[in-house]
Amino acid sequence: MLDIKNLNVSVEEKQILKNLSLKVGNGEVHAIMGPNGSGKSTIAHTLAGNPNYEIISGNVNFNEKDLLEMDPSERSLSGLFLAFQYPIELPGVTNASYLKQIVNVHRKHRGENLIEAGDFLKLLKDKSARLNIPMDMHSRFVNAGFSGGEKKKNEVLQLDLLNPNLVIMDETDSGLDVDALKSTSEAVNQLRSSDRSFIIITHYLRLLEYIEPDFVHVFQNGSIIESGDKSLANRIDKEGYA
Amino acid sequence: MNKVNKDNFKQDKYKYGFVTDIESEKIPKGLNEDIVKLISKKKEEPEWMLEWRLKAFERLQHMSPPKWVKAKFDDIDFQDLYYYASPKNFKEKPKSLDEVDPKLLETYEKLGIPLKEQKVLAGVAVDAVFDSVSVATTFKDKLDEIGVIFCPISEAVKKHPELVKKYLGSVIPVTDHYYATLNSAVFSDGSFVYIPKGVRCPMELSTYFRINASETGQFERTLIIADEDSYVSYLEGCTAPMRDENQLHAANVELIALKNAEIKYSTVQNWYPGDENGVGGIYNFVTKRGLCKGDNSKISWTQVETGSAITWKYPSCILKGDNSSGEFYSVAITNNFQQADTGTKMIHLGKNTKSRIISKGISAGKSSNTYRGLVNFHRKAKNAKNFTQCDSLLVGDKCSAHTIPLTENSSNDSSIEHEATTSKISDDQLFYVMQRGMSAEDAQGLIVNGFCKEVLQKLPMEFAVEAQKLVNISLEGSIG
Repeated sequence: MLDIKNLNVSVEEKQILKNLSLKVGNGEVHAIMGPNGSGKSTIAHTLAGNPNYEIISGNVNFNEKDLLEMDPSERSLSGLFLAFQYPIELPGVTNASYLKQIVNVHRKHRGENLIEAGDFLKLLKDKSARLNIPMDMHSRFVNAGFSGGEKKKNEVLQLDLLNPNLVIMDETDSGLDVDALKSTSEAVNQLRSSDRSFIIITHYLRLLEYIEPDFVHVFQNGSIIESGDKSLANRIDKEGYA
Repeated sequence: MNKVNKDNFKQDKYKYGFVTDIESEKIPKGLNEDIVKLISKKKEEPEWMLEWRLKAFERLQHMSPPKWVKAKFDDIDFQDLYYYASPKNFKEKPKSLDEVDPKLLETYEKLGIPLKEQKVLAGVAVDAVFDSVSVATTFKDKLDEIGVIFCPISEAVKKHPELVKKYLGSVIPVTDHYYATLNSAVFSDGSFVYIPKGVRCPMELSTYFRINASETGQFERTLIIADEDSYVSYLEGCTAPMRDENQLHAANVELIALKNAEIKYSTVQNWYPGDENGVGGIYNFVTKRGLCKGDNSKISWTQVETGSAITWKYPSCILKGDNSSGEFYSVAITNNFQQADTGTKMIHLGKNTKSRIISKGISAGKSSNTYRGLVNFHRKAKNAKNFTQCDSLLVGDKCSAHTIPLTENSSNDSSIEHEATTSKISDDQLFYVMQRGMSAEDAQGLIVNGFCKEVLQKLPMEFAVEAQKLVNISLEGSIG
């Protein structure tokens, strides 16, 4: 599914990723843990194609395609989804209309008919219920004035609507209270399948108690210094990163 | 990340830029008394109309074009223009569409304004003005039945002289300023609307202005009168061919709302803006003014200004009647080398008068976009209220936005609220929306449409979707 080889990336001329390598197979859930400010988000933004992140060298193969050659929308249409740590506000754009448009962009790409307003509303009700999102949130502007929790739920809702096969979650747990963390994790767990892989970036164990990872990687100084299974996360929780 | 297909961009950019291959008849170039007389003769006008024009022309001799606009352009040689052009052999407006030159019908069809009865837009009556003449008006019979007059102003001069005499120049005096006075002397065609007492006009009235002939100025004159307790919604659209010369469009639009009447006036202005190097395009110097003459009357201006090399206009309201209200909703988009200096004037004379101004300026490329507005409370305007909101959105870092709001307050119990913001489309917003699968251009369109939504939704429904597309097209190629 995803094969990152010796990736070096800089932001504003400062090198952040140093020879990062990581393989993610179909249906696998990988957790990347690391201290604050270690550049974990750089992995997420680089994979999604944020133009502020400059590739110095390295390769990323995504479903037999050269990921680094694609622009952000092509990556999305090829099945890569990034749940943002800080979702962006779009004033004046109502959430419902935005969600319908992004669903239709993907349908169009797959050669399917565009979804009708009525069908979309039904779909939206269904998916929102699962995340305890009230429908009136959809008549507000995208993320504008949303609470931290509402923003994160809206990210998971988009993930659910777009059916990606690689999901990168960038600190999705931050800003969520215990109840929201639980319902969000449950929704994510229901989305786990043999043809959908996850990279979960977090620096807390608590999300991983709800979403059980197959692999845990410790990220420090721009590369992965240790990999293991879930027990590694428990150890870090007790002993810290040092 | 912003991969923009430049070829595609050029093709799509101005799809109205074609020229209709129709022989046009122009009167000689130049501006003098004989030309004014000739235009009047072409229009077969009564003596009083010619005198009115000549008075304006005489006045013009003592005036010079104003220079204070925030736009750079070379002086216009007013002697080097044609002031009247019409399709050849166009002596009289065709009685029915069957008599209209097929080339003209095809032109409007191409512009998305079908005139043939079986294809006309439902619920919209259209007056089609081609260069200096009106070539067709749809739904005339239906409007006649309820007493609504919707016809070219040249026809109104002959058929409804009492109304024209009473109201023409009553809101924009002949002596107002250079371009308004010029228009008064040489105006060619435009629309005339009269809504009788108590009538709610059942359909949108719309005029479509098309400049086709080269080196020709278009001087349209529109007069709309809403009698007591009446309502009308009127929309104008404008396009012109792509040419490397600058063409002048100096229109005068006067609205009069009597007691309890309401006029809603919408503009989708898409004159040719010039090319990406700033060559060519229309100079759109327009005077638009509405008079809320009666108590409880209301005038609302909505404009979407995407075209023209230079846009210079301030659709205004004089709130004379007590409890009258004026609104101005504007989206002005400038790209490449376009320049816009636009806004409104709200003159509060009556008691309890209200005005609301929402202006959204979007600048891209190397363009300049200025909001200029005046809110004036007369000493007798007790309890008058104004709300003004001016937002500017910048795309890229080579463009500029300016806000010049002016208030003059002689009333001591009135209230003025003013809000202004300037923002930039951020890379973060574009990246976020592209991460969801939208192309760079669609992402930008989504964000910009969100920015102007408040104004676009004021447009009649039939045109809101078109305007939304126009907003996207106007900004194509501005990122990357």
